[in-house]
Amino acid sequence: MNAIVRQLTGLRDWVDERFPLMKLWNEHLAQYYAPKNFNFWYYFGALSLVVFVIQILTGIWLVMNYKPDATMAFASVEYIMRDVDWGWLIRYMHSTGASAFFIVIYLHMFRALLYGSFKKPRELLWILGMLLYLSLMAEAFMGYLLPWGQMSFWGAQVIISLFGAIPFVGEALSTMIRGDYVVSDITLNRFFSLHVIALPLAIAGLVLLHIIALHEVGSNNPDGIEIKKHKDAHGKPLDGIPFHPYYSVKDSVGVVVFLMLFSIVVFFAPEMGGYFLEANNFIPADSLKTPLHIAPVWYFTPFYSILRANTVNFLWLDAKLWGVIFMGLGVMILFLLPWLDRSPVKSIRYRGTLYKTALGIFVVTFLILGYLGVQPISPGRTAVAQICTVIYFLFFLLMPIYTKLDKTSPVPERVTK
Amino acid sequence: MRRLILAMLLGFATPLVIANEEGPKLHNANVDLSNRASLQNGAKTFVNYCVSCHSASFMRYNRIAADLGIPEDQVASSLMFTTDKIGDTMTVAMQPQDAETWFGIAPPDLSVIARARGEDWLYSFLQGFYADPTRPTGVNNLYLPGVAMPHVLWELQGTQRPIYHTTTDEAGKNVKTLERVETDKPGRMSEVEFKQTVRDLVSFLVYLGEPAKLVRYRVGVAVLLFLSVLLVVVYLMKREYWKDIH
Repeated sequence: MNAIVRQLTGLRDWVDERFPLMKLWNEHLAQYYAPKNFNFWYYFGALSLVVFVIQILTGIWLVMNYKPDATMAFASVEYIMRDVDWGWLIRYMHSTGASAFFIVIYLHMFRALLYGSFKKPRELLWILGMLLYLSLMAEAFMGYLLPWGQMSFWGAQVIISLFGAIPFVGEALSTMIRGDYVVSDITLNRFFSLHVIALPLAIAGLVLLHIIALHEVGSNNPDGIEIKKHKDAHGKPLDGIPFHPYYSVKDSVGVVVFLMLFSIVVFFAPEMGGYFLEANNFIPADSLKTPLHIAPVWYFTPFYSILRANTVNFLWLDAKLWGVIFMGLGVMILFLLPWLDRSPVKSIRYRGTLYKTALGIFVVTFLILGYLGVQPISPGRTAVAQICTVIYFLFFLLMPIYTKLDKTSPVPERVTK
Repeated sequence: MRRLILAMLLGFATPLVIANEEGPKLHNANVDLSNRASLQNGAKTFVNYCVSCHSASFMRYNRIAADLGIPEDQVASSLMFTTDKIGDTMTVAMQPQDAETWFGIAPPDLSVIARARGEDWLYSFLQGFYADPTRPTGVNNLYLPGVAMPHVLWELQGTQRPIYHTTTDEAGKNVKTLERVETDKPGRMSEVEFKQTVRDLVSFLVYLGEPAKLVRYRVGVAVLLFLSVLLVVVYLMKREYWKDIH
């Protein structure tokens, strides 16, 4: 036994002389000091990484049997579901993983809104996270075309045609994205390429940058104070604990709980009542039959609602273009968050009622927009979506004012429980 | 905050009902996949009445044999056409072009029809045919008006006639709306027997849509049991490590 340990230590030292193995291990795990007061909301960063790994692994195995060909794609997915050993499990993990990814990312982003994690000095960390969110949206959108069902086809058709609303270059641009005048085999091939190579590569790179940026500035915490301000004689933050083993074991608990919830969906409700897998997507893509109701998957629906809420031609631009502009702005405005928030405190614990109320209204608005996005249009629903769209943007545009006016309470020097 | 998560989860739990929002009310199919006799019976009906026009081109005969516990030679003699091999998928000899000439539309492949339409819709649709002399097939369907498919199960169900409900609209014109259908001439089966036959057939279609459904729940229970044990171990480990953090 001792001999084996000596051998392994020897190997480690051999590597260490040639590669900064222990340095990396210490910097990012064993001697990375994280605040000791992380709560429930701090699980979702680690969980996003777990879901990313699930998606990459199941994706690799899916590609082994999937055929990116308009005449074979639908059948190859069913082949995976039936003839590939455990293929159904791999496929359901991947399809559930897509929705799970957005759930954990939305909760991760909400955490930032709660505790001001985007505020100085973490602006760049937030921007890298936003770039991750954008890449994830592109990744999910392109992946959704691959099963080549009716919703895959028509969803892609609708979203790509939105680019057509851009004046002068729009039509040419959407043709360029499709590689054809309609969504076709060519579109399927390029989306496959982007879905399995380009975007996962971009996401992996951004995840790395996101983590490097985080470990440079250090983690925020529910009190929104910098633990680096109070260090002991050895230069270690007094309120910090090494990420490994403390948070690696704590996150493991979170991961197992997550896997249990994930398994409940995968094994007992993989369609999730039509939200994760739509019924219409079990009909092969047919370019001649437009489905009555084309709804994007739930994670895009808040922005889809904003798109549809624009019904008035205004200032020489038609309603569709306004919809595209506002949908784009709806996502992009999040990038500005670090500069819109003028509050002297980070955490919601020490903010006043103004921010608390604004955030509460924002969350409800976002959920209503999401709900409306899966429903067919009616005059009443459109009116609600229009009101919610205005509230959505007001949350951001008025933020410099209400965060400045807000009555904050004194922030403690050291972290609390 | 906890309440917020709950609200979000509940939000997703409302099933997404889009198809058939305004159509007549669907009957509950009450499919039971653990009932093997029902599935076997459904397979027989499927082969006798459906496969002459509809394919199930993602399903292999030997998979049915294995999943439904029917010996392969029996599947070969009673469920397959003589030219098929046991590892083949359930295809039809009819050419799609011919089908389009005859019916106006090629009969859709039924492999995943239960996932696209839902079991209740299929169960209602198969019982919803009624006599309509204006249609080329002589029948129409309560759940799919203008259906191209003839009433294949008529000798079992018999024929049904439509009952209209007449109302006067704002312009003072009489409007006839189809209210329900009722038995005209009974078929070979009683109403109860026919309902059971259709239920068996729909059960088979549900199985056909996702053969993994037969094992999925069982595997899921095992996985959850494993994760529960793992949770205890991991939680105890966490507690041990965190003892000295205050």
